[in-house]
Amino acid sequence: MILSILAATPIAGALVLALLPRGTSNHLPAKVVALGVSLVTLALSLAVLAQYEPSDGGYQLTEQHTWIKAFGAHYAVGVNGIAVTLVLLTTILVPIIILASFDDRLPDPKGTNAYFAWMLAVEGLALGAFMATDAFLFYVLFEATLIPLYFLIGTFGGPNRSYAAVKFLIYNLVGGLLMLAAIVGLYVVSSRQGDASYLLSDLKNLDMGQNTERLLFLGFMAAFAIKAPLWPLHTWLPDAAKEATPGTSVLMVSVVDKIGTFGMITWCLNLFPEAADWASPVIITLAVVSIVYGALLAIGQDDIRRLIAFTSVSHFGFIILGIFAFTSTSMAGSTLYMFNHGLSTAALFLVTGIMVSRRGSARISDFGGVQKIAPIMSGVLLLAGLSSLSLPGLAPFVSEFLVLAGTFTVSIPAAAVATLGIVLAALYILIMYQRTMTGPLAPGAMGVTELRPREIAALTPAIMLIIGLGFFPQPVLSAINPAVDTVVSHLGKSDPTPKTPTPIAESSDQAPTAEEGGH
Amino acid sequence: MRASLMSAELPPIPAPEIEYSLLAPLMIIAGAAIVGVLVEAFWPRTTRFAAQTVLACAAIVAALADTVWVYTDLDRIESSLTARGQIAAEGAVSVDGPGVFAWGILLVFGLLSMLLFAERRLDGGLSAFTGRAADAPGSAAEADAVKRRLEHSEVFPLALFALVGMMLFATANDLLTMFVALEVLSLPLYILCGLARRRRLLSQEAALKYFLLGAFSSVFFLYGIALAYGYSGSFELSAIDTAVTSRTGSETMLLASIALMAVGLLFKIGAAPFHTWTPDVYQGAPTPVTAFMAAGTKAAAFMALLRVFFVAFGGSSWDWRPTIVAIAVITMFLGAVVSISQTDVKRMLAYSSIAHAGFLLVGFVGVYAGVAGSDRVTSVSSVLFYLAVYGLSSIGAFAVVTLVRDSGGETTHLSKWAGLGKTSPVLAGSFAVFMLSFAGIPLTGGFIGKWGVFSAAYSGGFWWLVVIGVLVSALAAYFYVRVIVLMFFTDPVGEGPTVAVPSVLTTVVIGVAVVGTVGLGIIPGPLLDLAQHAGAFVR
Repeated sequence: MILSILAATPIAGALVLALLPRGTSNHLPAKVVALGVSLVTLALSLAVLAQYEPSDGGYQLTEQHTWIKAFGAHYAVGVNGIAVTLVLLTTILVPIIILASFDDRLPDPKGTNAYFAWMLAVEGLALGAFMATDAFLFYVLFEATLIPLYFLIGTFGGPNRSYAAVKFLIYNLVGGLLMLAAIVGLYVVSSRQGDASYLLSDLKNLDMGQNTERLLFLGFMAAFAIKAPLWPLHTWLPDAAKEATPGTSVLMVSVVDKIGTFGMITWCLNLFPEAADWASPVIITLAVVSIVYGALLAIGQDDIRRLIAFTSVSHFGFIILGIFAFTSTSMAGSTLYMFNHGLSTAALFLVTGIMVSRRGSARISDFGGVQKIAPIMSGVLLLAGLSSLSLPGLAPFVSEFLVLAGTFTVSIPAAAVATLGIVLAALYILIMYQRTMTGPLAPGAMGVTELRPREIAALTPAIMLIIGLGFFPQPVLSAINPAVDTVVSHLGKSDPTPKTPTPIAESSDQAPTAEEGGH
Repeated sequence: MRASLMSAELPPIPAPEIEYSLLAPLMIIAGAAIVGVLVEAFWPRTTRFAAQTVLACAAIVAALADTVWVYTDLDRIESSLTARGQIAAEGAVSVDGPGVFAWGILLVFGLLSMLLFAERRLDGGLSAFTGRAADAPGSAAEADAVKRRLEHSEVFPLALFALVGMMLFATANDLLTMFVALEVLSLPLYILCGLARRRRLLSQEAALKYFLLGAFSSVFFLYGIALAYGYSGSFELSAIDTAVTSRTGSETMLLASIALMAVGLLFKIGAAPFHTWTPDVYQGAPTPVTAFMAAGTKAAAFMALLRVFFVAFGGSSWDWRPTIVAIAVITMFLGAVVSISQTDVKRMLAYSSIAHAGFLLVGFVGVYAGVAGSDRVTSVSSVLFYLAVYGLSSIGAFAVVTLVRDSGGETTHLSKWAGLGKTSPVLAGSFAVFMLSFAGIPLTGGFIGKWGVFSAAYSGGFWWLVVIGVLVSALAAYFYVRVIVLMFFTDPVGEGPTVAVPSVLTTVVIGVAVVGTVGLGIIPGPLLDLAQHAGAFVR
């Protein structure tokens, strides 16, 4: 019940905001209501966390009702360690985003209510997608996030926003519709074996033919690979991130794109273990290409927002690599990476968003020497940047290390090339920092003033978590590990003779060692 | 002597047995149409329009209530498949689950359309129909008719006749009845298409085109019926089925009959390559009529198509399926691609209706009739659900079109719709909901409908057709989204559109359509169960 309330709260908040009169000139009531709703949601998610038993790898706090009987679709929600991590990420980030977006200059100030209402709608739908344990419900919520994001990009973004919004929508819709074909296929396969059911627990034990399983896997994977963006399906992301407001970008990259990687673990691996194993060499290759390609292109960007988007392509490569390496170490690393990447990208997008709005330009070459006039801002940028390049002591380091450590046991070439991504990360972050913050103050950059208290208040939680989890990731990992072990053992169970040399038998033994590596 | 001879030779003619209670919805509508003609002759002109409106709406509501009663009272038939209903009127009509379900949705579409027909607030207190159709466009007589505020209230009985034709078309159990129903539904629509108050030349052109092509296609259908009779010796669908399954007679004649009847029916649903009338007629006809046609004709014709091909020609489905598959692919693709280049809202909606005919055909070719004891979605139930959602969204979309106006009447050019979301967010929001439903985005009825037809095709073994279908959906989504971009993300050009304030009638129609479209997306269960439990066709 508490999970339903958790997902319904932001949706209800969005409705309230939509009905709120467009009162005063600064729209303060709407902003305060939005922030209040997001804080209530955060409190609810903490209550969920308090009731959650971390040592159990299964789904907890479950709730289930029949929704569409003819389809076998249920309203079924529940959280395991992976889902609860992402629920927490979402509820932590949204108040930060809303607080940071208070002064966003919207093309039409009258739309302020709608701006925050759509944000809350994204939060509610994303929470629902993370908690859904029914494939149909998951699909509906996953696809429904497109609508608010589409309006957020298209209504409130930069000059080229409508192009970016349409590109975003069409890319994601193509993937989503291919997944629809697979969802329909699941129904037919499941109804051939008795009553149709979309419940994860029923689908896990579904007996499908080899070819059907592979085709359905491809349908699901197409949607998730476009969403998470995996090279070469990533081209919508830089455009969308460039045109969207910083808050929208964070929602898109840190929250909604995580549904893609989350879906790979929860749906692709659980439903189609054999097919996932069959496809893993190709996906690992694409992930490694993503890591290097994203990093290389990030180095070449002059637009800060496009730069961050390409770093995300690279980071998503790491996450996907960890998932499809099929070791519990790498998969736990990937899940932790989703959480950490969400935080570090949020900090990066928000602080650069502030820089861009003060300067009136997103070109790196328009900045220079900003640390002289805005030391706190430059410090936050440095810290967020260093976390993005996985400096030891900051949270993303732990997850990146776990991913690489897990991958090395499976494929040394993949891990070796992926490690190159870390080196390139140092380049794109440090070059960007050097050109914007150090050196003599650039002529036009005088207006880039120091962070205001509200902005500091918004960014502090993210920075604190990045530092804190860098030193002590164990609380999150202890929730993630049992759930990941369940997934990996499910993979092994239906996979007696793996073609790729996946040391399934050893992997569960290795998990404690890897955790120690994380400390 | 002569008299006694005749009485000796003539066999006794038994009075036909008519199940009046089952056929009452048809009779209510037909009766109201005839009463409407009398009202037209005798009622004083000043209040005639209002009287006709009340009569038509009351008749439809009564028929709808009776349809619900008939549906709940249908007999249950358990054989290899579950079915409900029985043959009525000496085998002429099959009052079965799918047929009565179709009656229900047709009556709802009819009621909503009547409300649009009756809207008089938009055009200076006059309806959307011309004052005196006999006047030449632009003539002095026409100006005189406008000055005297004349109105054609005949549109209501005409629409009721068309409605009864649609209902009969959806439940006809022999080919002759089906042909009669086809004509009863078509002829009033030909006239209605030509009655627009504004842009009358375009409207008359549309009516003529529709009439010529429609008559042409009817003849194809009739020729097909003749060949089917030649093949099987009967007009009854079940007798044709017996002949088809036992493969008596000439194969050539059977195939020719199937092909010719398919031409007639595919024309009515607007499937490629028999779709060319659709954009012109949709654009030229008065918008309320377009709404009625888009929703009603498509639903009725699809039911007839399903009935003919599943009941009569089900035994030779291996012969016709490849062709229908090809037609489905071409129709979806053509509808989606061509609508991208449209600049007129009504033409765009027309091409979108072609694309939807393609999606419906995907569900149809699945020819998945279900297995006993399983609740799996069948071709018939998925098509029924899709028709209900599509019709509702269509009527809503065309109702929105009637409200966006300038001095020359409706402004259907898309460029005039730019920035509509800024000036009237509620109206543009409603239109966006219909567009999202057409595009099949989750949480709208269109999504559940797409899911249904795709699952029927998948069940029938056409998984690759499903993949083509979803890819075309993405293509189609592009132009629906383009309209949303135009309304919400683009600044108005020049004056921008003006949105007329409608009376409560149009407001109700749009409201019902929005609630229905979103409601069927979130809680599709009840209607889906109803479609599912309608069962198979009764022959």
